[in-house]
Amino acid sequence: MKHLKGLNRKARRIDGLVTQMEAAAKAPVADSASDDDVVALQQTPQRPHIPMGCALAFSPGWEVDSAGGTAGLCQPVERDIYDCYVTCFWPAQVPDHLNNYPDWASKCATATKDWRKLDLVFP
Amino acid sequence: MTATATRTYNLGEFHQFEGGGRKFLYLVPAGAIFEMDTAVETTISLLREGAAEHEQLTARLAERGFAYTDADELVQELYRARVIVAGDYIKEPLDPPPADFPLQSLVMNLTNQCNLSCTYCYEFGEDKVATPEGKQKFMDIDTAKASVDFLLSSSAGRSTVHITFFGGETLMNFPLLKQVVTYANERAAEQGRGIDFSLTTNATLLTATIIEFLSENRIGVTVSMDGPADLHDKLRVFSNGKGSYDIIAPRVKALIAGHRTRAITARVTLTNGVTDVMRIYKHLKHDLGFHEVGFAPVTTSPDRLYAIGERGMDGVLDDFHKLADEYLEYALRGEMHGFSNVSDTIAELIQGVNKSHPCGAALGLLGVGPSGDIAPCHRFVDSDEHSLGNIATGVDREKQADFLNRGHVNNKYDCQTCWARPLCAGGCHHEAFVRYGDTGHANLHYCDWIRDWTDTCLKIYGTISAHNPEFLEQFAERKALN
Repeated sequence: MKHLKGLNRKARRIDGLVTQMEAAAKAPVADSASDDDVVALQQTPQRPHIPMGCALAFSPGWEVDSAGGTAGLCQPVERDIYDCYVTCFWPAQVPDHLNNYPDWASKCATATKDWRKLDLVFP
Repeated sequence: MTATATRTYNLGEFHQFEGGGRKFLYLVPAGAIFEMDTAVETTISLLREGAAEHEQLTARLAERGFAYTDADELVQELYRARVIVAGDYIKEPLDPPPADFPLQSLVMNLTNQCNLSCTYCYEFGEDKVATPEGKQKFMDIDTAKASVDFLLSSSAGRSTVHITFFGGETLMNFPLLKQVVTYANERAAEQGRGIDFSLTTNATLLTATIIEFLSENRIGVTVSMDGPADLHDKLRVFSNGKGSYDIIAPRVKALIAGHRTRAITARVTLTNGVTDVMRIYKHLKHDLGFHEVGFAPVTTSPDRLYAIGERGMDGVLDDFHKLADEYLEYALRGEMHGFSNVSDTIAELIQGVNKSHPCGAALGLLGVGPSGDIAPCHRFVDSDEHSLGNIATGVDREKQADFLNRGHVNNKYDCQTCWARPLCAGGCHHEAFVRYGDTGHANLHYCDWIRDWTDTCLKIYGTISAHNPEFLEQFAERKALN
């Protein structure tokens, strides 16, 4: 850190952490700890935007987002992954976990952390 | 994670202070202390005007002469350290401490009897929480041994544990104290662990033999004493109303002369009319020779005659500032000053503590009464309402959890916006109970005072770290125990 100088133990721990983040951000291949590695589609909404979510099933919550618009629709490849494949009656967005790809998500215990471990599926 | 370009920044939670010509930040959610340069200061002042997006903020910094890349780097640094935060910032609540938190200290109330009748006593005074009726008055050796065993078995993973002897008047049960020291040393040695001791006394019963024993066994001593005779004798009296100063002064001098192995501390209770902090300090430190002097306002309901009113507290704070200035002068010369309130706070600031609870009560510390009843700390000993079990049957985990849950800073609404909460965490459980009838209530009557005092200590800390940083190293291992 250039502008802040840590003066107690806690500050020095933060210093260490920030230094790591800075190094990771500068590294040629970004790793998971680096900033801006993965950005959700809906976090950079284009105005006007093309609805990019799952809007195939016309039931409340799917064709519009919680604000009544289309900017924050469910995105099967992002954080709604389990909602789609466990509870959604429209099975097209994620692999068929009932018959053909039961282990598709078995290495992914926590979607927010382990999403890189999701298997690719080639039907 | 939000993309850099779309972040909208706001100020994080911190307290700004200055000292020794430099500027600092106390980062509240972490308890971290940073020195900041003018670039940081500029960024903060820009964001004080309102939230700004990344591009806006860097552009405004560029207008003030920063190169664009430098401004970008600066903003990233402050964002990563959470001095400034964006929309994705979530205030993380502090975790509750683990259920099997190992014990560090046990306060053993060797007796609940006392030969003094100090008006303000929290054990016997009008605000007492103790219900000693029908209970043992003096601890017996079996309970004492069981307590030592309990401490050693409940402190897994700690290489050293601590016993504080307390009362009533501790020395009214000196024979037991001696036995406990011998027994505890043996048991600790068997396990290859260390154990150390301290005691609090009113000094009336000190003799040459006792002093020799305390010195030989490296037992730390805190004397409850309120200053020179005219102040001390106001409330620290025998049951006939006679002051105790003349009895204890020669004994204290003998203690300080004869006990060479540990620092001797005076603990002053400030009350209405006993608020001349400077005079009290000078007398105890320079006339009597105490190594350290610590002050605390009396714990009381607000309507007691000895309660210090708001005006009185302002005077106390003025004197605290004067003593703190003196402390700083000493520290910059590399000398140790005896005002322990500052030393204790510095010790916590060095670590960067961020407390879930105001103190170790019911966590790393427990109190045991003469009957073997376990209490969150010595102040609750012998109180049926606050009992956490008995040494014979163990800790009542449900009651302990309830006590800790109520005392957790997350559950004190008023503390959530206070920058001093990492150190205060709502203040003494016992004081809260006396004032508000709930151990989990924030001690709102002294918030301003705590913030002022924390700010004072931060300034001292900042100034010392700017001009004599080596001085701070000696505090690294200091443990503040009240």
